[in-house]
Amino acid sequence: MNPEIQGRQYPPTAPYLVGREKVREFARAVQATHPEHLDVDAARAAGHADVIAPPTFPIVIQELTLRQLLEDETAGVDFTRVVHGDQRFSATRPIVAGDELTAQLTVTSVKSLGGNDMVTSESVITDADGEHVVTATSTLVVRAA
Amino acid sequence: MEGTTPMTGTQQLGELEVGQVVAERDLALTRDSLVRYAGASGDFNPIHYRDDVAESVGLPGVLAHGMLTMGVAVQPVVDWVGPARILDYQVRFTRPVVVDPETGAALHVVAKVARVDEGSARIDLTVTVGEQTVLGKAQVVVATDR
Repeated sequence: MNPEIQGRQYPPTAPYLVGREKVREFARAVQATHPEHLDVDAARAAGHADVIAPPTFPIVIQELTLRQLLEDETAGVDFTRVVHGDQRFSATRPIVAGDELTAQLTVTSVKSLGGNDMVTSESVITDADGEHVVTATSTLVVRAA
Repeated sequence: MEGTTPMTGTQQLGELEVGQVVAERDLALTRDSLVRYAGASGDFNPIHYRDDVAESVGLPGVLAHGMLTMGVAVQPVVDWVGPARILDYQVRFTRPVVVDPETGAALHVVAKVARVDEGSARIDLTVTVGEQTVLGKAQVVVATDR
């Protein structure tokens, strides 16, 4: 892996429109049963415009940015040897169905440890007004060949 | 948030004590869960549904997506506090979860108060399969002031 990608920033992704049924589908997949994920009336009663996404849903938008990193040949991250090391979501507000979200990834750290490479990246997810929604941080471990 | 989490009012959230268990749950993952999560998330890595591929890359079996384990493990906290109060959630993927084609995998989650701050609290999750912990540093920060 190229250690000089530390600090590299990729262009913002095309806007992702969060669909109500996608939120419900994702919620069911993570066994979420809270009504604010599934029931529009319950979500509105709680002050949201529509159903809100589970806390790990931002991975779907972050994934678009990780793809940029993995497809960047100059970064030299071998996708076939990548395992997920850690993951974090830091939210300003929940994602709501109807949000149009854009994400931008910055490589924050590149390290080598015991023959493995570790690349940490931060994807900042913002809404159509440019306001911060959630930051998704991942460390990918590239196992030694 | 009024009325959305009848079991736990704001007042009760203000009275949390370190060490208190706030939620505990058994969760089951099956191959069906993995297929469903693959579709919902868009992560179609075949190590999460094909035994032959998992075997060919030296894995002990088909594994749950780390993000599926992370996603289900927080649900007891979501149900306790309400989804809009989850401010921060992080985990380390320390041990893969092998999902048997017939019996699946049984996860146990214990959520305990680790720290109480002004307006928020840190809840630590212990996520185990059998006797083994599968997530490390699994921490959820929840808002307690709204």
